[in-house]
Formats: sequence, structure tokens, C-alpha cells
Amino acid sequence: MAELRAPDECGVPDPMPFMHPTLRNNYGKWVFHSHPKPGVLYHRAESGAEVWTVKFGTARQLDGYTIRLLCDLADKHADGHMRFTARSNVEFMLTAESKIDPLIKELNSHGFPVGGTANSVSMISHTQGFLHCDIPGTDASGVVKALMDELHEEFIKCEMPNRVKLSTSCCEINCGGQADIAIIMQHTKPPKINHDLVANVCERPTVVARCPVAAIRPALVNGKPSLEVDEKKCICCGACFPPCPPMQINDPEHSKIAIWVGGKNSNARSKPTFHKLVASGLPNNLPRWPEVAAVVKNILSVYKADAQPWERMADWIDRIGWPRFFEKTGLPFTKYHIDDWRGARTTLNASTHIRF
Amino acid sequence: MAKKLHDTPMLDQLESGPWPSFVTGLKREAAKKDIMVDLLGQLETSYKTKKGYWKGGTVGVFGYGGGVIPRFTELKDANENPVFPDAAEFHTLRIQPPAGMHYDTATLRKFADIWDKYGSGLIGLHGQSGDIMMQGCTTANVQPAWEEINAMGFDMGGAGPALRTSMSCVGAARCEMSCYDEAKALRTIINANIDDMHRPALPYKFKFKFSGCPNDCVNSIQRSDMATIGTWRDNIQVNEQQARDYMKGHGMDKLVNDVISKCPTRAITLRNKADAVSGASISTVAVDDQHVMQIENHDCVRCMHCLNVMPGALLPGKDKGVTILVGGKSVLKIGATMGTVVIPFMKLESEDDFEKLNELSRNIIDFFAENALEHERTGEMIERIGLVNFLEGLDIDIDPNMINHPRANPYVRMDEWDEEVEKANERKAAA
Repeated sequence: MAELRAPDECGVPDPMPFMHPTLRNNYGKWVFHSHPKPGVLYHRAESGAEVWTVKFGTARQLDGYTIRLLCDLADKHADGHMRFTARSNVEFMLTAESKIDPLIKELNSHGFPVGGTANSVSMISHTQGFLHCDIPGTDASGVVKALMDELHEEFIKCEMPNRVKLSTSCCEINCGGQADIAIIMQHTKPPKINHDLVANVCERPTVVARCPVAAIRPALVNGKPSLEVDEKKCICCGACFPPCPPMQINDPEHSKIAIWVGGKNSNARSKPTFHKLVASGLPNNLPRWPEVAAVVKNILSVYKADAQPWERMADWIDRIGWPRFFEKTGLPFTKYHIDDWRGARTTLNASTHIRF
Repeated sequence: MAKKLHDTPMLDQLESGPWPSFVTGLKREAAKKDIMVDLLGQLETSYKTKKGYWKGGTVGVFGYGGGVIPRFTELKDANENPVFPDAAEFHTLRIQPPAGMHYDTATLRKFADIWDKYGSGLIGLHGQSGDIMMQGCTTANVQPAWEEINAMGFDMGGAGPALRTSMSCVGAARCEMSCYDEAKALRTIINANIDDMHRPALPYKFKFKFSGCPNDCVNSIQRSDMATIGTWRDNIQVNEQQARDYMKGHGMDKLVNDVISKCPTRAITLRNKADAVSGASISTVAVDDQHVMQIENHDCVRCMHCLNVMPGALLPGKDKGVTILVGGKSVLKIGATMGTVVIPFMKLESEDDFEKLNELSRNIIDFFAENALEHERTGEMIERIGLVNFLEGLDIDIDPNMINHPRANPYVRMDEWDEEVEKANERKAAA
């Protein structure tokens, strides 16, 4: 065996050597920004230094050709630097206004959509899905590609009342995170257990402890130590599946897609909010998930038409109320929308505040 | 030249349309690499059957216990042989990016070259925790690939029950709302606790996130166990020229409807110049020759809305610092919880300030390590033991900024009320 090199435990790299020089030279000294047009931000520093940022979308999963293409473009237009946003958009920083249009032209010619700034629908924050996850109910990159094809115009224009952040998650663990509109896998059947494998693969007490509703207990099945699920108690959350893969929760037919709205991470206006369930039962219809796209586009069009400037999805619903949200979007209100998890009574209307 | 592509009729449908296609990217790599040919084969199978085919395992690098996400195929034929053998191992190396995700092109090219040599060529920029995801590596290639990446000055990220890779917003690098040096705070804390990232030994994951202002662009309240968010405690700064420019460009109706009436605490008042009030806590700015906008800063909750709508005209105060919230996490196991305030304000400017933040972080990780149950996040632990026990364990004083409202039920023993009043008086005297 070749000699192994001990790791250099160097930690998080200092960003300064990687940073565009204008940003580095004015670090902590910015005083103004504006939004000249979709996909373009203008920032001015105390010193009078100016920088124009051009933001554009990518597939997030980048092949070597695309990475090298981005590098070529950054060398040509943006002094050899770029940064990535939390939603996988790329930002090129330019030191002259005259550099904006030639860059946008070239980005568009390579198929990169310029946008995602201010009151647009930005790139969908997403997970790994079939490509790399060990517990996915669906794909991630594919859902995002299909949806962003549909929402492309809303990414390159800024016509929404305020910014719209989307996320997708391939299971209820919700790695995609909170969002104005979140698209999340929702299992509807208890796990199917392969009892032949449980004893060898799963640490049974760990699995029992993972269940949020204490529906799992050790059992002897066909003479082998295994686990059983009280299916009446089971909420089909899938928490048992990661520690015990023989408890298959994904179901090609019965695992459905749910839509949640009104998550907001910012403290602007209202306090941060979690997204709320508005639709479910949508089929996991690969490769383009048209039913999901239809619901998302409908919610977005109602929000766009009805919300006031600067109202995020949550602010808008806070003003118009949930009954009118369901009325305006045409989405059916069901008993499953009424929470019965811990703390649920705080989600009920303990007042006569009712809009007619 | 790689082997022939498998038919992928479903994935092919994701090559059309205006958004950049990851399938087209995968196919470009597949033209060069067998691992990607077979990855496409397995992915197409998943699209057909609606099933995932990866299982985890134990793959790592010498000296570290985490940071590699092992993936072995479970798609086997009747003889237990992989259906797509060249993608039978498809591991990911999680690599920590520079704080703020800034790059020069030489660095990105080098990553692409290393991944051409050892991996599938596919790099995710970035994962949900902020990692550079070097995806698609055989077990044999993990160590040599890692050694080249490490030699560039990049380190492995977190996975499993460990300190995780962190994120900070663009912040001081390009934002006038930034209230502290986010990158420095991130590097101070993560690099001081890097052992907990590389040798997973915590009850479960622990995430730090750093946002420069309450707009919280990296979603730290909802997505991190400890959120450090910039704020200020003096008056909002004003710039009259910018305020007048806003008014000229937008008019009175926008000022009223978009700015003043959307203030969540009604801290902003529009007054005739002659009726302007004065006071140490009031920010005043003329918007035209007749009107001034006045902000009562004691009522302001630093929500950022008016600063967002009138950039440059209104800016954070000069007495900047951070608010610390603890306990944010996603769904498992009790449902999503947000971080809640444990430090309403602390300065974060001097080396001593950063050292205090570093100590607080270490104490919180230590308390978590000692008191959380297996697979329990910090937020769940606090829900189980109560915030007061958490604070007492960390020797942090209580503060009414930590709550939405006081207790609304009498179900508590209050034997030591008088002693607690005494403590409250002492805190007041010390403030």
C-alpha cells in the first residue's frame, strides 16, 4: 500500500484571494445599491468605486465543459472572478457599465438565462434526488429543469410583487428548505418491510427511536428478528428509512407530491415564517411533472395579480386570509390542511377575525 | 472516447427548453467517461421505475472520519452483478468553499481538471449546506483526488453527526446592509472547531450560518443550529440626497404605501417639516421641501423593510453587532423549528469580540455534545429541556428579547420567586 498523505486540516479558505479586486478593496465600505434592470445590480462604495453585477442561472450540476466555459467568460468579461449565490446562480462583477450588454449577449448565446434579481422568481433551491441520494422519492435536478423551463420568463423579468424563492425536496425531510413555494415529496403509505434483511442491516433500537409517533416496535417475523409498524399510527414520514433501508417508504404509485407556500426566511416586515401545506396528491410524473408545474404556475399567477408591491407570498396571504387564498387559487381545502401535530391548536383561529 | 451511450428517452426530454440542461452536461461527460455513461443508464432506470438505487457505506480519506458521501449501486441483475458496472461506485467529496463562494477562474479550472482525472467530471456548485460537491468517484480514486484538492488549500466538508460546512452571505464584500465581517466570523468559528467536522462524534449534525443583516440571505434562522445575524442598536442612518431621489423617482403614494404603511411596528411617521419632532432616538430625513420621514428607533425592530425599499437613503446604524439565535432545523423528528434569540446583541468588531463569539460557539457545541440524545438536534434538545435550562447550562442571562410573550399558563413551581426578583434587580443594576 502506498504511503498515505496526512490531511492538511486547513479549514475554510480565506475568500480574499479569490474575491474580485473591487469587492476586496471596498470590503465593508458599500453605501448604495440599485437594480438597473433584471439580472443586473449596481453597487457603490464610500470611495466612489462602482461595480455592476450580472446574475445568471445554471443547472447547478456542472460538467467540466460548462465550468471551463464559465471561466473563459469570466476571464474575458469579469477580470477572472465570479461568485455563486446560495441558490446556485452565478454572479460576474464588472467594473464598467459598458461591459454589461456584451456579457449578457454572450451569456444568452450560450444558453445562460440572465435574471434572478429582486422581484423575480429565482432559481429553485434543491436536493440531489435520484442522481445521488440514497433515499429519494423522486429526482431533483429534473424537477428543477422542468419547472425552470416553465418559469424562465419570470426569472429573466422582474414582474413579481416581491422576490419569489422556490425549493424542491425529494422526501419529507425537506433538504430543499423553506420557500415561498416548496415542492415536496409526500408519502402516503407505511413502509414495506423486507423482513429478511432487517436483522442484518438495521440497528433496531435506533430505528424504533427515530419514529416520531412511536409506531415501530421490535418483532419476530418468520423466526427472524425484525421490526413491525403499527400502520394505524404511522404518518408515513419516512424517518425510519434512512437508518433502515429494508423499510422501503418510497412507492412509485403512492408517493405523491405536495405543494407548500408562504415560507419566508427574511425578517423583513413580518417575522420569518414556515411554509404551509396547500396542495397534495400530485403524481410523481417524470420526466416533466406537468401537474406540479400547473399548480405552481397557477399560484404564482394569482399572487402576481393580487399581491401589493413588496408583499412576499406570506405577507400577501396574511393580508387576504387563507380562505381567499384557496378561493382565488381554486385549490381545494381539505381536512388534511388542519394541523393535528404538536402545537396545532396555535394554528387555529381563536377569534372572530373572519373576512367576508 | 467512452463506450456507447445507453438509450435515455426520458432524460432526453429534459434537454429541450430554455433553462440550462443538466442532462446535456451529463452527456458531455459521458462522451469522455464510462462512469458517466453508466450513471445516465442508472438515472434513466430511476426515471422509468420511480425508484432510487443508491446505498451508503463507509468510504473516507486517511485521517478523517467524514466528508465523503459513499454511493454504491443497488441496481443488480439476477447474478447480483451491477447492471451499470462503471457507475457501481459513485461517491461524492464534499469540499468547503471560500466563505461567500468567491472564486478565481484558475481555481475553478483546477477543480475541473482534478475531476476530469479522478472523477466523473460533474461538480455541484453548491449543495444545500454550501459544499462544493465533487460527484462521481470510485473508491480507489477518493484518496488521490482528495490529496490534490487538499494541496490546493481546500479542506473537506462535514457529513454525518458532525459540525457541517457553513455559509455566509455576500455581506461586507458587496452589500451596504452588512453589519459585521461575515467571512471572518465564519472562518473563526468553523476553523476553530474543525476537529468536530472531520471526526464526527456529536449526537447529530450541527450547523452554523452567518447573515450580515436581518434579511438573512443564507436562511440562518430556519437552517442553522446557531445563526449569527448582523444588526445595530443605535439610530438608522439617513442620506437626504438619496431620500429625495427616491421621492422624485417614486412619488408620495409609493412612499406611503410601500415604505411607511409596511413598517411592521408603525415606527415611521411622515410629517410636515414644521411638525417634525425631535429626540435622541429619532432618525429624520427630508424627502422633499415640505415633508420629513421620521423613525422612532426604539420602536424599530430592524426588520430591514424600509432600508430595502429605499437603498442608500436609509442605512444600518453605526453601533453594529450581531444577534444570535439557536435551534433552527428542518423536519425530523419533531417538525421544523426556527432558531430563537439567545444573545439579543453583542459587538463583533475587535479580536476580543470574535474570541467571545468563538467561545460561545464552543460552549454551545459542548453543551449539545453532552446533553443531546442520539440523533437529536439542538432545537429539539432545547424543546425537551426548556430554554432556561439551556441558558443556565451556558451561563447566559435571561432577557425579555428571548420571548414573544411571557408564560400564558400557571403550571409552574415558583418557590424561588423572591430570589429570582433579586437576580432581576441585580441584572438591572449591572446593565
